[in-house]
Amino acid sequence: MTSKKKFWAAVTFLVLLHAVIVFAGFVAPYDPTSQNRNLPFVPPTRPHFIDTQGRFHLRPFICQWISRPQSLYEYEESHDKAYPIHFLVKGPEYKIAGLFSAHTHLFGVEVPAQIFLAGSDNYGRDQFSRILYGGRISLAAGLLATLISLMLGLLLGTISGFYGRWIDESVMRTAELFLVLPWLYLLLAVRAFLPLYISPMQTFFLLVAVIGSVGWARPARLVRGVVLSAKTRKYVAASRGFGASDIHILRRHVLPHTYGVLLTQAALLVPQYVVAEVTLSFLGLGLSEPLPSWGSLLANLQQYNVLVSYWWMFIPGLALIVFSLGYLAVADAFLKRLQSTTV
Amino acid sequence: MNYLGRRLAHGILLLVGASLLCFLFTDLAPGSFFDEIKLNPQISPETVAALRSQYGLDQPTSVRYVGWVKSVFKGEWGYSFAYNSPVRGLLMLRAGNTLLLTGVATLLVWLIAVPLGIWIADHPDAWSDRLCRGGTSILLSVPELVLVLGFLCLAVRTHALPVGGMASVGFDQLGRWSKLGDLIMHLIIPVITLVLAGLPILLRHVRASMTEVLKAPFVQAARGHGVAKTRLLFRYALPAAANPLISLFGFSVGGLLSGSLLVEVVTGWPGLGPLLLEATMSRDLYVVVGVVMLSTVFMILGNFLADVMLVAADPRIRMQ
Repeated sequence: MTSKKKFWAAVTFLVLLHAVIVFAGFVAPYDPTSQNRNLPFVPPTRPHFIDTQGRFHLRPFICQWISRPQSLYEYEESHDKAYPIHFLVKGPEYKIAGLFSAHTHLFGVEVPAQIFLAGSDNYGRDQFSRILYGGRISLAAGLLATLISLMLGLLLGTISGFYGRWIDESVMRTAELFLVLPWLYLLLAVRAFLPLYISPMQTFFLLVAVIGSVGWARPARLVRGVVLSAKTRKYVAASRGFGASDIHILRRHVLPHTYGVLLTQAALLVPQYVVAEVTLSFLGLGLSEPLPSWGSLLANLQQYNVLVSYWWMFIPGLALIVFSLGYLAVADAFLKRLQSTTV
Repeated sequence: MNYLGRRLAHGILLLVGASLLCFLFTDLAPGSFFDEIKLNPQISPETVAALRSQYGLDQPTSVRYVGWVKSVFKGEWGYSFAYNSPVRGLLMLRAGNTLLLTGVATLLVWLIAVPLGIWIADHPDAWSDRLCRGGTSILLSVPELVLVLGFLCLAVRTHALPVGGMASVGFDQLGRWSKLGDLIMHLIIPVITLVLAGLPILLRHVRASMTEVLKAPFVQAARGHGVAKTRLLFRYALPAAANPLISLFGFSVGGLLSGSLLVEVVTGWPGLGPLLLEATMSRDLYVVVGVVMLSTVFMILGNFLADVMLVAADPRIRMQ
């Protein structure tokens, strides 16, 4: 595949993934907080196409998990009744964008069977739904934090590069300070010295603000480099000669050069920040139960029995890997484009 | 020499600035170490207030900062509320453990990445090149967290390696060589995780840098003169390609103390990571400041080391 095709393939893939996460309410069959205490640690449900008599069905069906007698947490499929998977079913209510409530889910089965595509945890909560809803939170945190970092970096880098001299010196010295402090350590220190017990909404925004404001230095440096080289162009001098104001020059002549750098940085920073949020939540310093976040989902693995016996609890890690791969592919493509245009 | 002197002074200024920033951050926080004790109804507010003033927590920030700086020069580096001892002893022990882990891992990463990267750069567009690009992409996308959890799971399942920690239960009774063997067994999982996490970036940089240098005219000329392959790669191309690699080496050294936090916490390695986490949860102010400052010192030292090595290795910088 040529690099242009690769780029659009990666972007499409990412857009699809994000669409799935944004419409988590539609794709997920259950509410992420609804528990089924009688079905803890159920392995992922297997959709079947061929039933016990050997007949092929076009519509896949599942069998209900029942626990083996006398042994807790071990399940086997009961072939008494086959529950076909229906699509576009009516299910638990959810909200789209926090405003509109809807009932339709992408797929579902009749009660009392539960379709746990990714298994369940110790409270019997559907992991697939939790991964989708948790992805919302982890991704939103990553994207917002990237936005903050890039805005700060753009602002400070532009001011520093355009006005030069002592402003440049002071901003760059501060940037060096932020670059030299160990990132994760600083994040931990700042996060933990904020109130430990605050509401989830506040935690989320605080987390995003902390992650974003610690990482402005590298984008600022790159933007400053671009602004410095753009400032020396002849058309900027000509524009000044015509009496253009600073704002005009910045907007028309200088800033368009920064878009490439900003996009590449964005593609690199988003997975980094998502991993940062996941790490913080894993350590217990991010969003806490019952709000799902990939970090708190992975934190279940810190228990010995979960780590060893229940392999499906690793699936949030898989989701993380897939997202990072997508973003890295896009970042690689952006870098190639940038290198080919700025010769 | 003037250049190095300037870099050193710059580093010291950075250190002072970093300490101020760190202190400010930790001070903006509402709440302190004694919040947990306040919740206990059996302890009177006067006792809590007395404890706070004993540790100087009710004094303004500037007074506390000066006190902390004095403590640093005295060699104590502040006082830990939880451990009831000067921070320095605590840090030295834990930092030693961390350095053992990250030192071994960093050494391995560099020993693997440099020769491998040079070899891959020497065979452009071969299967090794594509494998390198694909492999590093995948490794870069796997977060450290998932890697370490996966390895731990593997270790438990196969019973081949000890699961976490630094020493087995009967460590003190072992002989000297058995102690070393036991340590190595415990090192394997965290070191492999750190190596796999750090390898892709370095490998990519080595390969990119070497590929660029190998296209240069002087390399073509040397090849035309019949210089042998190994000599060509290591004595002609590598020194020219070394500039970004030396900066990276500086970063590697700088990140020796701070790069392994997650791995240490998950595998239970008694290093600076778990200490920071614990102090963070319990608001043990001076331990947090001490750990962050120690890591910053290493970062600054690493950058300075990179500057020194650059001056020694690259004549173009000496000319400036």
